[in-house]
Amino acid sequence: MSTAHTPDRPEDGRDDDPQDRAPEHGHAPGHDQDDRAGYKTDADAGSVDERDEADAPAVDPAAENAEGGEPAARVELPEEQQGEQEIPTFDLTLQIRRYNPEVSDEVHWDEFKLTMYGTDRVLDALHKVKWEIDGSLSFRRSCAHGVCGSDAMRINGQNRLACKVLLKDLDLSKPVTVEPIKGLPCEKDLIVDMEPFFQSYREIMPFLVAGGNEPTMERYQSQEDRARFDDTTKCILCAACTSSCPVFWTDGQYFGPAAIVNAHRFIFDSRDDAGDLRLEILNDKEGVWRCRTTFNCTEACPRGIQVTKAIAEVKNAILSRSM
Amino acid sequence: MSTPLKASISVPRSKDLEVNGVKYNRSSSRRNNFEMYAWLFMRLSGVVLLVLVFVHLWVNLVSPEGGVEAVDFAFVAGKWASPFWQVFDMLLLWLAMLHGTNGLRVIIDDYAERDRTRFWLKVFLFTTSAFVILLGTLVIFTFEPCPAGADPALLASFCAAG
Ligand code: HEM
Ligand code: SF4
Ligand code: FES
Repeated sequence: MSTAHTPDRPEDGRDDDPQDRAPEHGHAPGHDQDDRAGYKTDADAGSVDERDEADAPAVDPAAENAEGGEPAARVELPEEQQGEQEIPTFDLTLQIRRYNPEVSDEVHWDEFKLTMYGTDRVLDALHKVKWEIDGSLSFRRSCAHGVCGSDAMRINGQNRLACKVLLKDLDLSKPVTVEPIKGLPCEKDLIVDMEPFFQSYREIMPFLVAGGNEPTMERYQSQEDRARFDDTTKCILCAACTSSCPVFWTDGQYFGPAAIVNAHRFIFDSRDDAGDLRLEILNDKEGVWRCRTTFNCTEACPRGIQVTKAIAEVKNAILSRSM
Repeated sequence: MSTPLKASISVPRSKDLEVNGVKYNRSSSRRNNFEMYAWLFMRLSGVVLLVLVFVHLWVNLVSPEGGVEAVDFAFVAGKWASPFWQVFDMLLLWLAMLHGTNGLRVIIDDYAERDRTRFWLKVFLFTTSAFVILLGTLVIFTFEPCPAGADPALLASFCAAG
């Protein structure tokens, strides 16, 4: 990502490197880039930071154990809480919307009573059902760590990645409901046909279109220019946003937030030359103007992308280009 | 049960327009600036309406002596004797009607799923809106509180004085 670390880059000519003129240049390698990449804005990051702050000042473990010679654990766990058996468990009722067109056209709900651990996520509960109770349950997952975007589903009525929702964060006094995402044709159980979603994605040309002279090295970009579209680079194409949008639910003709987010990622990329073309594509009857600013997409995005803001920026770009 | 040899779900191709009632591709792509201007109009007319609507409410309901009770035929006749209020009310009528009509058009697009339903709802919407706009404009500019030669029994009391 960071051009500054390209090993085979000749040292001469570096004066022309636009990155060298960036004010941040000279910091610890990779540091700025990491901040920019927005991992701090990720929903989880906040709580991790808070926990660090809350735990650290209580005692200084390093000082206390200075003579002991052993590195102190950052979090002191009571003796009996260590070991796998001691992770707190709880019971929950999981309701899953089932659909199998090979058996019946009818949709029904299955209910499972499970005992899960405090560290488990909804995905673990689905695994438990599939691996131990009902092997016919179908859902997509790949990375299981919020990276691949396979397992967006409606959990308690909200679009979430099953692998990022901890069971302990849900209201377990009521059954936890899991449904496929809305607005896309359901193929089986929690699996929907993503084709209409990716069709819109393909239409906005999600690839770099750069003209001009072919550079011999990478195409330079200042850190400011990179930061301009940083938020929208984080998309993992999970479809949580598009399938949370009431306008998309109607007839699936709206381009949808994800396509606009990924167009935004190139429209505001200083290296790209096809921004006008993408704005033209999104100036469609089914393009950005169908957005009703409901913020469902922003609320749904597991990557914390300001989706509605990105849509508004594309609207403004179309307006200022036409006026 | 055994898996059927042939899956009963058809696999849609990226070129199929519609499979089992699901639209896989955009049925039409209309790229002119109409939706952009409609979007812009909602915001601009909204700002102007904010002023017009509250002035309208204030002038008609709050400021007259006697408040709401004071609004009667004579009050309206008095206002429309002034070109200022004629233009003001026409602006309010046109902006509110066009703003409201476009808002309903958008709601129809958002909630009606079938193209035919959309079409007929919009035909109904545009006809009624056009009727109200034209009739309203006609009334504002041809309003005559005391038409000459009318049956005096039907006229407002203040006509006799004038
Ligand atoms: C008082 C000042 C007003 C302001 C500032 C205002 C503003 C707006 C704006 C910005 C929208 C667009 C919403 C969107 O695109 O998501 C809108 C929609 C709408 N407006 Fe107004 N408006 C006003 C008065 C009115 C009046 C008097 C009417 C009725 C005649 C009306 C009827 C509608 C309708 C039906 C919609 C569509 C609803 C929707 O898109 O969700 N508005 N308004
Ligand atoms: S913008 Fe967010 S919710 Fe939408 S597809 Fe990308 S990662 Fe998923
Ligand atoms: S399984 Fe990869 S994002 Fe959840």
